[in-house]
Amino acid sequence: MNSLVNRAKMLLEEKSVNVVIGYEAGTGGTARPAFISESADAEKLIYNEHCVHNLAVYLSKQEVRKMGKIGIVAALPVMRSILMLIAEHQVDPENIVIMGISHDGSLLDIENIQVMKDYISKSDPGNPERYKDKLAELNKLSMEERFEYWQKELSKCIKCYACRQACPMCYCTRCAVEVNQPQWISVKSDISGNMEWHILRAMHLAGRCISCGECGRACPVGIDCHLLTMHLSDQVYKYFRVYAGLSEKMSSVLSTYEPNDKENFII
Amino acid sequence: MNNNIYKPYLMEIEHIVEETPDVRTFRLKFTAPGDAEKFSFKAGQFGEYSVMGEGESTFCVASSPTRKDYIECTFRKAGRVTNALANLEVGDTVGFRGPYGNTFPIEQWEGKNLLYIAGGIALPPMRCVIWNTIDLREKYGDITIIYGARSVTDLVYKHELKEWSERPDVKLITTVDPGGQTPDWKGEIGFVPTILEKAAPSSENTVAILCGPPVMIKFTMPILNKLGFRDKDIYTTLENRMKCGFGKCGRCNVGKIFVCKDGPVFTYEQIRSLPEEY
Amino acid sequence: METTIKSLRKQSLEKLYNHLASSQKIYAPIVTSDKQVEFRYNPEFRDVTFEHIRSTLSVKNVVFPKIENLFYFTNTKEESIIKDIDLNIIPEVVLWGVHPCDSAAFDILRSIFCWDIKDEFFSKRLEKITVITLSCHKSDEFCFCTSVNLSPDSVKGSDIQLSLLQNGDYQAEILTEKGNELVSQVPDLFEQPSGEKKVIAGVKNKFDNKKVTSNLSGVFEHPFWIRNSLRCIGCGACAFVCPVCACFDIQDETKGKDGRRYRCWDSCGFSLFTLHTSGHNPRQIQSQRWRQRIMHKFSYMPDRNNALGCVGCGRCSSSCPVDMNLAEQLEALQNI
Repeated sequence: MNSLVNRAKMLLEEKSVNVVIGYEAGTGGTARPAFISESADAEKLIYNEHCVHNLAVYLSKQEVRKMGKIGIVAALPVMRSILMLIAEHQVDPENIVIMGISHDGSLLDIENIQVMKDYISKSDPGNPERYKDKLAELNKLSMEERFEYWQKELSKCIKCYACRQACPMCYCTRCAVEVNQPQWISVKSDISGNMEWHILRAMHLAGRCISCGECGRACPVGIDCHLLTMHLSDQVYKYFRVYAGLSEKMSSVLSTYEPNDKENFII
Repeated sequence: MNNNIYKPYLMEIEHIVEETPDVRTFRLKFTAPGDAEKFSFKAGQFGEYSVMGEGESTFCVASSPTRKDYIECTFRKAGRVTNALANLEVGDTVGFRGPYGNTFPIEQWEGKNLLYIAGGIALPPMRCVIWNTIDLREKYGDITIIYGARSVTDLVYKHELKEWSERPDVKLITTVDPGGQTPDWKGEIGFVPTILEKAAPSSENTVAILCGPPVMIKFTMPILNKLGFRDKDIYTTLENRMKCGFGKCGRCNVGKIFVCKDGPVFTYEQIRSLPEEY
Repeated sequence: METTIKSLRKQSLEKLYNHLASSQKIYAPIVTSDKQVEFRYNPEFRDVTFEHIRSTLSVKNVVFPKIENLFYFTNTKEESIIKDIDLNIIPEVVLWGVHPCDSAAFDILRSIFCWDIKDEFFSKRLEKITVITLSCHKSDEFCFCTSVNLSPDSVKGSDIQLSLLQNGDYQAEILTEKGNELVSQVPDLFEQPSGEKKVIAGVKNKFDNKKVTSNLSGVFEHPFWIRNSLRCIGCGACAFVCPVCACFDIQDETKGKDGRRYRCWDSCGFSLFTLHTSGHNPRQIQSQRWRQRIMHKFSYMPDRNNALGCVGCGRCSSSCPVDMNLAEQLEALQNI
């Protein structure tokens, strides 16, 4: 931890960054995102098993963009999100300093994007182990059983959009559900409105989700909506043989057509 | 249900004027028997106009309360509801909920001179009070109207501008931005603040009513102050995103005031006390 | 009406519940398979929990549903008809196991929906509920009712308040005519008070709300707002779980020529909440929206509605994905 705090102090004092986005202690022994702009406050930075928030979500916020150069404490999922954001031209790699953190909390030396890519390539890019059983269980269900399962789960949804707001890849200033000419997705939170929303979101994340699980964790009513996006992540690998967040140059899986695609039509 | 405050009057479009390519004025009449007799409003108030199935939109009532059989509204095609409204024809139905909001205190203005200043699409909220005071002409002193738009095409209520200019008891000055004139334009050329300064109306015993885009307000206010108008003698209307129109949905507040309840009419003295979130 | 105090044995509690559940709708809390506390209609008594500190969602949907149809319409070129809603079909509901914070919220909601012109949808629903509260014998670090003029055994908004007694039985305070009417249906279950003491949780006072309200009138442009809201992600979780938040949206929906206009929950935390069609947004950045939330609850509402817009239930803080702990922020505002 000390090395993380020291690195932050150094970056702020040398003015290599204007703000460090990391984690600080939260209510009841948990952790929460923190924005450190004074070197004296760097002491607040921590890293432990409660530090699960995907901090890359802040990189697209207009207030944060205006802060200039940013240091970001980046565990593996955050690193992959950063690569995806660079691939989609939302983040300029010149503007961020990656303070990489390994899963046991030790500070990594990530000087540039290539080093980060190498680090990422050493781990399994598929869905995290702890979700694989549940995903397999759902896949065993028949289509009707699965639809019934999700209807029941999604009936709890209150359309608070915490899932969307917690996701680094949901950075659209006007989300599809907020377009009203025409109103593609029903605004209200009844069963059809909820299903429309979650299916839309999962599709918009296909080929872009790096399986951090934040959407499900953020949900105040306990819906495992991350299983939807993670399932599609598996499907994208099955059909396109790619995972998201492994390279800063990645074209959109569902909207890129290559002459040697096995489908002879764009869909 | 006894009193469904969200239920609109069903109005029929009696007449449509295409003021500019994207601005329409509708004349609406009540369809249900008894509604027209029950209904009354005062200058400055607004309503929620709707197309069934598309939603509601907030505009002032642009006609004067002295004209009894109809109400009028003017709007620009901007979003979903206004575009749907613009596609309607005479005879179609428009929903109307209202009147909401506070009013121009025209009783307090009796005996005073009135100076109306408007820019572009901001003439509609003033039109109702202009006609209201013209219809009660003997109660007021001089009435001066200064109205400007970006170009001749953008001027709204062209027919009424002509009517006002022909009246001996109203002084009308129209202007367009430099470059917005047509070869046969006979009015002034210049931004509204400049024309106001040129006209230099007296502030003595005069109330000013000012409506326009923020940039126009920003440059007009200092001129008014220079001419001697105090903030509490300058009135305006505020706009904000609204849904319910009666202070329950929590959307239109600027600090602790609700634009739909404590407004939309404010004096500049009141505006200056508001936090900058409008 | 003067409060009557009775006591209910543990067994009588089940009898009371079953009597109510057999004849009408009863909205009671259960613990679901994924450990969430949810209110459901007419669960089995054995599933009803008495040990919950807070349910995930508040019970405001009984009086302010997340979707409320305002009217139906048929709209064609030839004719437009509006079909009004018949509010007489709203059933009576007994709320069971609601904590004092949630029951105090009803009055605050009434001050929003019934000021100036009366919202019949809300009023009718409020008339139809009977509230049986359960005072709190447990609390946690998110609770702060005592900082907002309430307490774990406050009786505001309650018709009958049940409190756990030291011997495991329950005390019943019968507070209103509605409560009395209910008791008169099964009078034998309500016995003379036993003299046992109530088990009431302690909730530490975290801030002086009067000082907060007074400080708020002078801090609109203070850097506090930006500093303390940077991590807010702008979702609607806090507004939707809150028992007092009542901001709503109005939308139309059609299927062919038929349709309806409805209202649904909305949140001032969403970026589009105040967006004008012109593109102008008076609250463009999250700090302005966070400021609006706190100002509305602790400055504007006390001023306009004579009520604090908060009951200290702690749901906002415990549901927040990034721990925007409201009590912590209010404490800082007290000392600003």
